[in-house]
Amino acid sequence: MTATTTRPEPAARDRSARSLVDLVFRARELSLVLALAALVGGTAAVNPNFLSGQGVEDILLNTAILALLAVGQSMVVITRNLDLSVGSVVGLVAFVVGDALASGWGLVPGVVLGIAIGAACGLLNGLLVSFCRVPALVVTLGTLYVFQGVCHYVAAGRQINAVNLPPALLSLGNGAVLGVPYLPLITVVIMFAIGYYLRAYPSGREFYAIGSSPEAARLAGVPVRRRVLAAYLVSGCLAGLAGVLWLARFGTVVADSANGWELLVISAVVVGGVAITGGVGSVYGAALGALLLTVIGGALVVLRVNPFWQQAITGALLLIAISVDRVLALRVARLLRRRSRHG
Amino acid sequence: MSGPPALALANVSKSFGAVRALREVSLELFAGEAHALAGENGAGKSTLVKTLAGVHRPDSGQVLLNGEPVVFHNPADAQRAGVAVIYQEPTLFPDLSVAENIFMGRQPRTSLRRIDRRAMRARSAELFARLGVTVDPEQPARGLSIADQQLVEIAKAISRDARVLIMDEPTAALSGNEVARLFSVVEALRGQGCAVLFISHRLDEIFSLCQRVTTLRDGAWIASEPVGGLTHDDLIRRMVGRELGALYPKQDTEAGEVALRVERLTREGVFTDVSFEVRRGEIVALAGLVGAGRSEVARAVFGIDRWDAGAVHVDGRPLPAASPTAAMAAGLALVPEDRRQQGLVMELSIERNIGLTGLRSLRRGLTISRAAERDRARDWAVRLRLKFAGLGDGVGVLSGGNQQKVVLAKWLATGPSVLIVDEPTRGIDVGTKAEVHRLLSELAGQGIAVLMISSDLPEVLGMADRVLVMHEGRITAEIPRAEATEESVMSAATGRAA
Repeated sequence: MTATTTRPEPAARDRSARSLVDLVFRARELSLVLALAALVGGTAAVNPNFLSGQGVEDILLNTAILALLAVGQSMVVITRNLDLSVGSVVGLVAFVVGDALASGWGLVPGVVLGIAIGAACGLLNGLLVSFCRVPALVVTLGTLYVFQGVCHYVAAGRQINAVNLPPALLSLGNGAVLGVPYLPLITVVIMFAIGYYLRAYPSGREFYAIGSSPEAARLAGVPVRRRVLAAYLVSGCLAGLAGVLWLARFGTVVADSANGWELLVISAVVVGGVAITGGVGSVYGAALGALLLTVIGGALVVLRVNPFWQQAITGALLLIAISVDRVLALRVARLLRRRSRHG
Repeated sequence: MSGPPALALANVSKSFGAVRALREVSLELFAGEAHALAGENGAGKSTLVKTLAGVHRPDSGQVLLNGEPVVFHNPADAQRAGVAVIYQEPTLFPDLSVAENIFMGRQPRTSLRRIDRRAMRARSAELFARLGVTVDPEQPARGLSIADQQLVEIAKAISRDARVLIMDEPTAALSGNEVARLFSVVEALRGQGCAVLFISHRLDEIFSLCQRVTTLRDGAWIASEPVGGLTHDDLIRRMVGRELGALYPKQDTEAGEVALRVERLTREGVFTDVSFEVRRGEIVALAGLVGAGRSEVARAVFGIDRWDAGAVHVDGRPLPAASPTAAMAAGLALVPEDRRQQGLVMELSIERNIGLTGLRSLRRGLTISRAAERDRARDWAVRLRLKFAGLGDGVGVLSGGNQQKVVLAKWLATGPSVLIVDEPTRGIDVGTKAEVHRLLSELAGQGIAVLMISSDLPEVLGMADRVLVMHEGRITAEIPRAEATEESVMSAATGRAA
């Protein structure tokens, strides 16, 4: 401590330490934007069609659902937990809501039903994780299969066809206002709302506190279980909404339509700079991660790269993101250590 | 001191498994008084603090707030009742800023109940000004020194306008100046009618700050009395309840050749230029405050952490960096500080735990021989006088002292030439503590070089042939047994001698 009080210019020193840390975290979102720009620029140079109205719209539509799921997932990951069941929830909701709409339900009740199913799934996950103290990985891996099973049971081999769905739903999936499609609009509104809540509200900051140190959060009187439950509830609700949007976008839905998406969502979250160990990151980063993964997919198609490469590239990106995080964290820790000792 | 106490415990008992941490303890904290809680390590002080803080709920007995019985279901309940706690180990959020750490859960608000960041920053700066220190409220808590972290904890507690302030060894990592500042703040709070419970093993601090003192020994209440009529010796007698000598039976042994030599070992920002030797038959204590870098040195020597510069020799041969396997092969053994997390596999049985370090030697053909494992465990259980029902029982059911014996057995079974023990008797009852001491002394007598890290000063003074003292990552003093006193060790540990 004497170190701090006897520093020649303590304020200036502290500020430089802080701006360093700030830079590292802002650098993540910045580097994502740069990577995106380079990718888009490079691809457009090879094939200008990539930036045509249709091309951009496709990317936005494809990103919307993934980003929505990534926003929900990042809330869970920030609390040092994980939700592997979102893909199954999307599939289940898409099918059940599709069934309901095909049998004459209105659009609004349909959306409400979808979100309610998602909320129920999230509630189950949250209760098991926060109150029964079962590790999140195990709980959500279990519910992944349970929800999938329920979906197969409900579907019984059938599929939902676009022709049976109300036109209002399909226009939600493919329509636009002032040239901007509804889907990404919905995602952006929700992303900003949640991002603002997490940043500006005391209870929002508590999600970060829990992920940063669960024990300290408990001692500080943070209602840890309630917040973790809330994170799963939000993730579930957004997965439910994503299920309805999935139905609106694709129209034709089979029982296991979104299988495997949970891993894509988690990749987007991690690439977007949310630490898998909790406490660090933002929903904006997660959404940017989703956009980057989608753009890579689109670019590979335009560049006529074998689509099998897409998964390999997603994986490589994930590893790079995690390695960069780790290296930066060590660097920052070392620098801060040095400052506090020898400063 | 009229009216009911602001906060009180009445006949509170609390057990963890077989360990009775508190037995029928009563304590009364009055508004406007600073009350000291004295007792040895493991006497139940931290359990008492956590009971007042709502972390633990008493098995029997009551917590009384202004004379009325209350039940704190969680720390939030206690905080709402006006109880603020500074824990021994800082409990901060490393990823969040200092200001956020201070105000978590009760941030100043603007319109729409949003966080008022500017006010939060300003009020944090105000708090630090009141404490007379410079800490940047915007800095993340990660990277703060232990002392700075402790100051953030203190700022946090003061900011609560608490009616009861509990401080569990708040001064352990502070320098003399900072302690003086803290005391003047505590005096001011006391003047405003705040009740203060103060825990410290520096007796001088108790005598200068507090009006009354309550002593605990082995979880039981011994006395509550005014500080005025007491001497240091009176207080120590109440804490220890016996003559010091009997507890620390270090036999005099002839020191043999050098078994462990550490030369200018440095790990950037953690410890610097650490050099020392430990000879066969010697017990060398590594003393210092929490966060001085003692455990970190042990971890680096054993190869858990990498060192940046320097060298380690065992029996004259250099040890490669960052390889626990090589360290074990060279004859090093490390009994870690945290036996539950690092020393034992709590789910496994006693015999399995003891067998862990020698799986290769227990092999018969391709598989591990259960019989050999059991023989080895039984052998060590008898030699260490382990108290157990069956060797197949999980180590989780054993008392702290017996768990520590299992960890010792596990490492002694490797036949080490150098034994490093980190806080060997933390959280162990007095009876078993004496046995652990007897054991360490015997091992030294058999020619093992023992390096003992300990925060327990009487233990250091009683057991060690030589005392090395660390302060902020450096060895600041080497004191032979004859000259080692509480004062000489503490002044080196707080950097006053250096």
